[in-house]
Amino acid sequence: MAEAILSTHALSRSFGPLKAVDAVSLNIPRGSITGLIGPNGAGKSTLFNLLTGALKPDAGTVLLDGRDITGDAPNALFAQGIGRTFQIPRPFARMSVLENAMLAPTGQTGETVVGPFLFRSRMRDQERRIRQKALDVLEFVTLAPLADHPAGKISGGQMKLLELARVLMGDPALILLDEPAAGVNPKLTETLIGRIEELNRQGTTFVIIEHDMDFVMRHCEPVIAMAQGSVVFQGTADEAMANPVLLDAYLGATANA
Amino acid sequence: MIGVVSYLVFFATTASILAIAVLGLNLQWGNTGLFNGGVVAFFGAGAYGTLILGGMPQGAHLGGFALFYPLALLGGMALAGLMAWIVGLLTLRLRHDYLAIATFGVAVAFENLVRNAEWLAGGAKGVRGFERPLRAMLGDGFLYNLCFLAVVLLALVATYLFLERLVASPFGRLLRAIREDEEAAQSLGKSPAGVRLTAFVTGSVILGLSGGLYGTFYAFVSPQDVLPTLTFQIWAMLIVGGSGNNRGAVFGAFLIWGAWTASGWALSRFAPVEAQLYTGSVQFVLIGAVIVGMLLWRPRGLLPERLVVSQRGKTPLAKQGV
Ligand SMILES: Nc1ncnc2c1ncn2[C@@H]1O[C@H](COP(=O)(O)OP(=O)(O)OP(=O)(O)O)[C@@H](O)[C@H]1O
Ligand SMILES: [Mg+2]
Repeated sequence: MAEAILSTHALSRSFGPLKAVDAVSLNIPRGSITGLIGPNGAGKSTLFNLLTGALKPDAGTVLLDGRDITGDAPNALFAQGIGRTFQIPRPFARMSVLENAMLAPTGQTGETVVGPFLFRSRMRDQERRIRQKALDVLEFVTLAPLADHPAGKISGGQMKLLELARVLMGDPALILLDEPAAGVNPKLTETLIGRIEELNRQGTTFVIIEHDMDFVMRHCEPVIAMAQGSVVFQGTADEAMANPVLLDAYLGATANA
Repeated sequence: MIGVVSYLVFFATTASILAIAVLGLNLQWGNTGLFNGGVVAFFGAGAYGTLILGGMPQGAHLGGFALFYPLALLGGMALAGLMAWIVGLLTLRLRHDYLAIATFGVAVAFENLVRNAEWLAGGAKGVRGFERPLRAMLGDGFLYNLCFLAVVLLALVATYLFLERLVASPFGRLLRAIREDEEAAQSLGKSPAGVRLTAFVTGSVILGLSGGLYGTFYAFVSPQDVLPTLTFQIWAMLIVGGSGNNRGAVFGAFLIWGAWTASGWALSRFAPVEAQLYTGSVQFVLIGAVIVGMLLWRPRGLLPERLVVSQRGKTPLAKQGV
């Protein structure tokens, strides 16, 4: 297996008596599109929150490129190349779609009180570049026509696309997508995965939480399955399909859900 | 005739000074979502700071230090900023309602401090010994007031232009993102705590400027000038004018101050003598009713926030609400 860009060791997080993530050890191979599956409440989103610093783990470690990043703040991790989207979109509602995207690049000269006054020309150059990049990214996720609309008033599926666009603005090396296709129409999902695979060929690693098994089997390698806070399977998509324990844990629980 | 003009000058001066304060609050609340319930403390720090630094030496309280006036004014602003920085470090982790209560408490504490610490701020008798700058040259009359109005208008325009450029910059974008969803902003690499503190301090420095000019105008400040009433008035101006819109903030200041003075005049003129004792209370009820009405029927104010403030895309800006 390829070297890991991100790995965890015995990572745990409880909410009261509930062990949402229970001693999870896994490796995300560099350059992969890793699929993360599991029934509702398995702990997938919680794991994302632990990997991105949105939640602090009770125990265990997270390594990025072999460096210990356990407990680092989300903003520090974004700057180090981990981008994530949220399962329930979190647009900046009273800002335009374009401004949502333009926010993301780090280290903008104009992001301080004095920057816009002391470094005007540098800021203007940056703004021009960032704006163009944002328009390109929005074009890709088919949101360009909505650039000047309030982000709080676009559809739920469009909000998912905007989340992706914002993350792409930061050029992360590792992108964690929490159900990117939920609520997005199938044709657009195909376009999306096409672009994800294109970015992947250029070196970006993806971890995708997805309930659509067909999607996972076709596009993700390897596949990691969680149930009740634990990793119950790590392997190839083919192995996943042939694994009775996994089918039981996943399909069994979804059938009950 | 000259009476009317000089009254208008007086009115415009006060309204413009208040407009500067409303602009400062707008940066905090309108742009960043920080609920400052203690506006008057930072206004007061500016006023007291300016007068103590710029006044003649007094036996009764600290200073004055007879500083060159612009330095005294800057010192007052710095004092307001310093206070905001300390308060901010302690309270900015609090969200919305808790921050409002904490800052309200700060304002009450400030009023009590200046009222009781006579050695510091002269107690109930206030700060004395301040001479208005250039008084020797311009005298005390209409000419002085006219010149002072010009200075105040200059400060208002400068503050307005500063803030307009700031909110249209990436920093403004950052403030709005943090106002909308702090965690999402953090997931995109921003550090909300530092940005909130910066906005709080910057807004408070502007409140301090307003207070400094106010103190200069009256050449006097006392605990009566830092009552919660003023916080309430400044908030009313922002809500009515349009939170998140600098033009709305200025417009609201003139409108509410106009309504306040007009209602005071009307009450003193037409209300029965027994009722005139309660003029202040009646004004409060009126302004309170205006706020409630606005929040019910036009919650975004008379001049609502504009949607696209930094960069816009290619699409025509048709009718778009926020
Ligand atoms: N902040 C929280 N406080 C309390 N309990 C939480 C919190 N976040 C998650 N949980 C609980 O932890 C468990 C795992 O939740 P999580 O969101 O990680 O599941 P998931 O695998 O993403 O499920 P889904 O597929 O439905 O999104 C659930 O039982 C959930 O109720
Ligand atoms: Mg989830």
